[in-house]
Amino acid sequence: MPGTKEIRTKIASVKSTQKITKAMQMVATSKMRRAQDRMRLARPYAEKMRATIGHLTQANPDYHHPFMVTREPKAIGIIVISTDRGLCGGLNANIFKNTIYLMREWQQQGATVNLCLVGSKGLGFFRRLGLPILANITHLGDRPHVKDLIGTVKVMLDAYREGRIDRLFMVNAQFVNTMTQKPTVEQLLPVEPVKSSDLAEHWDYIYEPSAAGILDGVLMRYIESQVYRGAVENVASEMAARMVAMKAASDNAGKLINELQLIYNKARQAAITKELAEIVGGAAAV
Amino acid sequence: MADTINVDVVSAEGEIFSGPAKMVFVPASEGDIGIAPRHAPLLSLLKAGEVRIQTPEGTEHLIFVGGGVLEIQPKKVTVLADTALRAKDIDEAAALAAKQRAEEALKDKVDKISQAEALAELTRAAAQLKLIEKLRKLKG
Repeated sequence: MPGTKEIRTKIASVKSTQKITKAMQMVATSKMRRAQDRMRLARPYAEKMRATIGHLTQANPDYHHPFMVTREPKAIGIIVISTDRGLCGGLNANIFKNTIYLMREWQQQGATVNLCLVGSKGLGFFRRLGLPILANITHLGDRPHVKDLIGTVKVMLDAYREGRIDRLFMVNAQFVNTMTQKPTVEQLLPVEPVKSSDLAEHWDYIYEPSAAGILDGVLMRYIESQVYRGAVENVASEMAARMVAMKAASDNAGKLINELQLIYNKARQAAITKELAEIVGGAAAV
Repeated sequence: MADTINVDVVSAEGEIFSGPAKMVFVPASEGDIGIAPRHAPLLSLLKAGEVRIQTPEGTEHLIFVGGGVLEIQPKKVTVLADTALRAKDIDEAAALAAKQRAEEALKDKVDKISQAEALAELTRAAAQLKLIEKLRKLKG
């Protein structure tokens, strides 16, 4: 029976692939839920930070922190958040495409581009472009921590403070829902003025030690929390994208198995018919 | 309600405490301060230490913070806590490490680039071969 054995081994191999993709799909689903929880947990902090910045800027209209002053854009910095691992559909490709659009847009205006890369896929991609990479961090894992990001963000904040970059952007995948992850570009620096909504509840504060010092601390933490949020959201998007990609892969494997099974059955039937014909032929000859 | 103050302790990674308190003690950068209800509005940075919250029921919560920002309004205390221990030199070291990683990544760029280029060349060549084969078949 030529062919049937090959088909059988092929079916077995597709089946084991399907097992793997199914397992990956389930792992991604549960990880995505946890990442979504973390996204939700990060929200109150960012909101309170924004409110505090709003209070501070309204209480001190004369003082302008360097992070809030818009300068002539001669150089820009982009924090690109990507995943560490592949098999998550077009997620990274979309992030990189958006980043390149952003880069082109600014390069046309004569600005130079500096990169800060989070995630090893981004590192692998942008390293080839030969642009200056100021900082990078990889292998944050499924549960990024703020403390892992502090150093990386500080490099960019220092570059901004020293005037080596005049704008800071962050590109990451925004988690819309399980089916949709949209790459988004966000401007981190200069911080756009925050309008505080609760004007009625507004007092002038006592500052310890000084308004400038506090604003500096608050703004730095605010940017860090934004990047943290970006990283967490990216993990959620990664898991959602992987879930969808792995589901498609499992479905395709199922289809392939069905087709192969059909071919196998036909081949087997053909072999049996042939054998019967041979026996009948042989008997007739005798 | 007059003799309690609402306390929110949040970090970037989640909410730590939220509820009313009789008295709150926090490690502000200029020295520990105790906050009673109707405290004057105040903004301060925190240093590493313990936040002590006395609830109206008489229990006490201890929360360790690595630093952060404190905002007091007469009815509300917000502690924006850092999850990590922070100090100028620690941050500086982390920044240096991030820079070094970037430099190292760029250093072994050369052979990675040539490898990528070689791969691209190979796929191009393979595609050309396929095309030639197709053309031959068409002609034949």
